[in-house]
Amino acid sequence: MSLLAAIIAQTVRLGIRAGGGALVGLIFFLAVVAVVPFGVGPDLNLLSRIGPAILWIGVLLASLLGLERLFSADREDGSLDLYIASGEPIVLLVLGRAVGHWLATGLPIVVAAPVLGLMLNLSPVALGAVTLTLFAGSPALTFIGAVGAALTAGLQRGGMLIAVLVLPLSVPVLIFGVMATNGAVYDPDPFTAPFLILCAFSLGSAVLAPLAGALALRVAME
Amino acid sequence: MRQKPARPKKNAMSVVNQLANPTRFLSLSARILPWLAAASAAVLAIGLWLALFVAPPDYQQGDSVRIMFVHVPAAWLAMFCYTLMALSSIGSLVWRHPLADVSAKAAAPIGAAFTFLALFTGSVWGKPMWGTWWVWDARLTSVLVLFIMYLGLIALWRAFDDPGRAGRVAAVLTLVGFVNIPIIKFSVDWWNTLHQPASVMRLGGPTVHPSMLWPLLIMAVGFTLLFLTLHLAAMRTEIFRRRVRAAQMRAAVQPAASVGRAVAAHG
Repeated sequence: MSLLAAIIAQTVRLGIRAGGGALVGLIFFLAVVAVVPFGVGPDLNLLSRIGPAILWIGVLLASLLGLERLFSADREDGSLDLYIASGEPIVLLVLGRAVGHWLATGLPIVVAAPVLGLMLNLSPVALGAVTLTLFAGSPALTFIGAVGAALTAGLQRGGMLIAVLVLPLSVPVLIFGVMATNGAVYDPDPFTAPFLILCAFSLGSAVLAPLAGALALRVAME
Repeated sequence: MRQKPARPKKNAMSVVNQLANPTRFLSLSARILPWLAAASAAVLAIGLWLALFVAPPDYQQGDSVRIMFVHVPAAWLAMFCYTLMALSSIGSLVWRHPLADVSAKAAAPIGAAFTFLALFTGSVWGKPMWGTWWVWDARLTSVLVLFIMYLGLIALWRAFDDPGRAGRVAAVLTLVGFVNIPIIKFSVDWWNTLHQPASVMRLGGPTVHPSMLWPLLIMAVGFTLLFLTLHLAAMRTEIFRRRVRAAQMRAAVQPAASVGRAVAAHG
């Protein structure tokens, strides 16, 4: 457990220090959300209707940002070799890196989402709903992304590839995230069922993604 | 007495073991391939003749219903191909079967092609029937996601230098995708039923008249044979490609030695 905590703490420290990428992710999220009104026009009614979807897509794109360095940095400086040689389970490394990455980059974005939601003319209920669903669903995005990062850890330039591999796998999280948010805002749509499924995605991927990521890392390091 | 129960197991395993030898696979597939190609050409010819001339036009859709005879088998094989790749991936990760790797890699572009064919024919069929090239319908969207996953797998394969390592990494992704495909399918189904009236997607219904069902089944058999032919040919190409690569690497390592030998031989 102390090993896991140490990996998480180290990942968070690496993320929030200068050049770590946590702040860049936040700014990128702001930029993505700000670009949409330029594209669809400044109609506030339209923006308040599609606002939750914009925020969700922004989080999905921002969650891809730091993934490329998640394991490839460890591989390049040799610490991944040392870790494997130490005999500790690789699953813990993947789990710790993913949790730390979410704490450093995912959580700030979730906290910033309601502020940006105000700019998109979201109602107070929608603000709360989108923050809650992002809080419940963004860990799943990070865990799925960690699998992609582990798959491409052996490559020199895997950044573009990660996006191509991860985005189709993230489709269900996006669907249920936006569905639950709309369910909270509009009356006939259900909220509880999609929200619980969203939570299930996060919990399920927390179990499966470290297993798949560890397998991928072991294969990539051979 | 003790050896008796081991016998059938040995027989079953020996087939797999024999196929594990690429040279034996090459000689066996060279013998099978012409027959398979001829069979798929014959079945496809019969199927196309039945589909285009014998099967009656639909009472509502007219002759455009004949697109179905290409569209449905292509969509079916798009799924079948991914299943085959997932099984091959298990083979290459668990048993390190040398041909499982080759099989998965050879199947990916073929599967992508069938998926594209299904999307394309569906689009051509959708234009006269629904009045639009594309609908963000559950089935269309999940097949599109499948297509993107095929492309991602192909891109991942091409990103690695070493084919063995690329094969195992891609096998992990194939299995992760295989877990995800039913989830994508059902999530998109849910998404669709909430956001779109079900009346848009009405493909003739589940009850197909025998006069159309038989050509469809024959076309499905023909497509499967075609897939097997293409897959075997692609596997052979991949084995040859790896041998060429290995020979090139040997040649790159040895030039100094061979030059020295040549100089020595010529005095």
